[in-house]
Amino acid sequence: MAIKLPIYMDNHATTPVDPRVVETMLPYFQEKFGNAASRNHSFGWTAEEAVENARAQIARLINATPKEIIFTSGATESNNLAIKGAAEMYREKGNHIITQVTEHKAVLDTCKRLEKYGYEVTYLPVSKDGRIDLDDLRRAITPKTILITTMYANNEIGVVQPIQEIGKIAKEKGVLFHTDGVQAAGKIPVDVQKDNIDMVSLSAHKIYGPKGCGALYVRRRNPRVQLSAQIDGGGHERGMRSGTLNVPGIVGFGKAAELCQNEMAEESARLRALRDRLKDAIFAKLDEVYINGSMTHRLPHNINISFAFVEGESLLMGINDVAVSSGSACTSATLEPSYVLKALGVGEDLAHTSIRFGLGRFNTQEEVDYVTSRVIEVVQRLRELSPLYEMAKEGVDLSKMNWSASASTEH
Amino acid sequence: MAYSDKVVDHYQNPRNVGTLPKDDPNVGTGLVGAPECGDVMRLQMKINPETQVIEEAKFKTFGCGSAIASSSLATEWVKGKTVQEALAISNTDIVRELSLPPVKIHCSVLAEDAIKAAISDWKKKKEASTPAASAQPAD
Repeated sequence: MAIKLPIYMDNHATTPVDPRVVETMLPYFQEKFGNAASRNHSFGWTAEEAVENARAQIARLINATPKEIIFTSGATESNNLAIKGAAEMYREKGNHIITQVTEHKAVLDTCKRLEKYGYEVTYLPVSKDGRIDLDDLRRAITPKTILITTMYANNEIGVVQPIQEIGKIAKEKGVLFHTDGVQAAGKIPVDVQKDNIDMVSLSAHKIYGPKGCGALYVRRRNPRVQLSAQIDGGGHERGMRSGTLNVPGIVGFGKAAELCQNEMAEESARLRALRDRLKDAIFAKLDEVYINGSMTHRLPHNINISFAFVEGESLLMGINDVAVSSGSACTSATLEPSYVLKALGVGEDLAHTSIRFGLGRFNTQEEVDYVTSRVIEVVQRLRELSPLYEMAKEGVDLSKMNWSASASTEH
Repeated sequence: MAYSDKVVDHYQNPRNVGTLPKDDPNVGTGLVGAPECGDVMRLQMKINPETQVIEEAKFKTFGCGSAIASSSLATEWVKGKTVQEALAISNTDIVRELSLPPVKIHCSVLAEDAIKAAISDWKKKKEASTPAASAQPAD
């Protein structure tokens, strides 16, 4: 089978919309264009029905009830609403929030803003495998703690946090538990009942749905979570999120959730096999390669590898017909290497050499084999070019070198 | 990010990749940058002690495409030049030749540093060996 280039293998960033999802959305742009809040004509009723159907599809994916799904513009908004909304609502109970260091910026920066407003935030560290320590969590909880927010699975290293245990601790202590479920929902089982989750942020475009559409699960019973709205207006979404609903997006989101749920068992097994095939081939052919994060507690479609002595951006340049991403500073706007890898204790030298592979629904075995062989070829070529590889092979201990920290290197 | 054609060309066909014997008294080695910063360049030159002409230049670089291109270009430029001429090469010349964007200017600075470091290494070696040479009995 001929391979179509370029190959997309960056499915943690976004995913293509599944054609079945597009098809479901199309009628809602023109013939069924109504406002779901229009209560007195059939255009409105049709739109509302479609939204309620999608709400039920999304609720089923995480074992929630439809009324507990609040539609937003995406997971960044959902994270903002969950954290700021709870912080504001429960301010009288306390001002302490617990999160952890490898969260997405949508959580970390939201917490940082709350600190400016007088809230106190504990950022739990992670171990080398990328997971928080439950004893650290227990110790961090105080009578002032109102919210624990930890991601379900990480976007860079795919590491899955001990969510069920965190949920249990939160419940025991009477603290609300929010999780950013963007990378996990639709890929691995997420069950708000079993996991004792009070709020989950979801995004459509990470599960083969459209961009600009997300949701926040907000528990209604046991306990009934209340949030202060962050966007004021017509009082949509149980008053928690005003604004006319993005009906075509929501319809697509619902369909995407349904497809993920129906195909999850088979699809995650397929992706796991492909991911392991990629990893095993790379490890068979290359020395000095390192996996970042736990291999046991990890999304089936993720692998993050450091190719020592080969700078990440130069590797990406060599495999320019393959879309993956790197934790190298050179690929980021800030010129700082990945804070996630740093939190794991990965040295900056190795962080610069990391590549994230995010497999998805439309990747084939042929594509995986192509990517693998390209990566191996380019790493070998760049190591021929790497003074560090040569020195390491000669037995020089690079960590003991006195590097001329030239002013020019901007550090 | 889009790379200029010249950067892509140097990245794909790097000139003068390799290693010169660093203990050779006529070889100067410049190793600049740090692995933590994502850039390490090693530039080596073989310099004729009589004419001060750089007869050979080799490099190896750990870094992004622009860093590889900057050091590859540096080897091309220094070859055949005298030490004095090589010292006159400035990072802005490299930026211009490779059309480097502002975020990549540090790659060109590093290449300039590497040229200077290699020459200074060679000079140090020469100075160290000169007294020894004069200590030899005259014919």
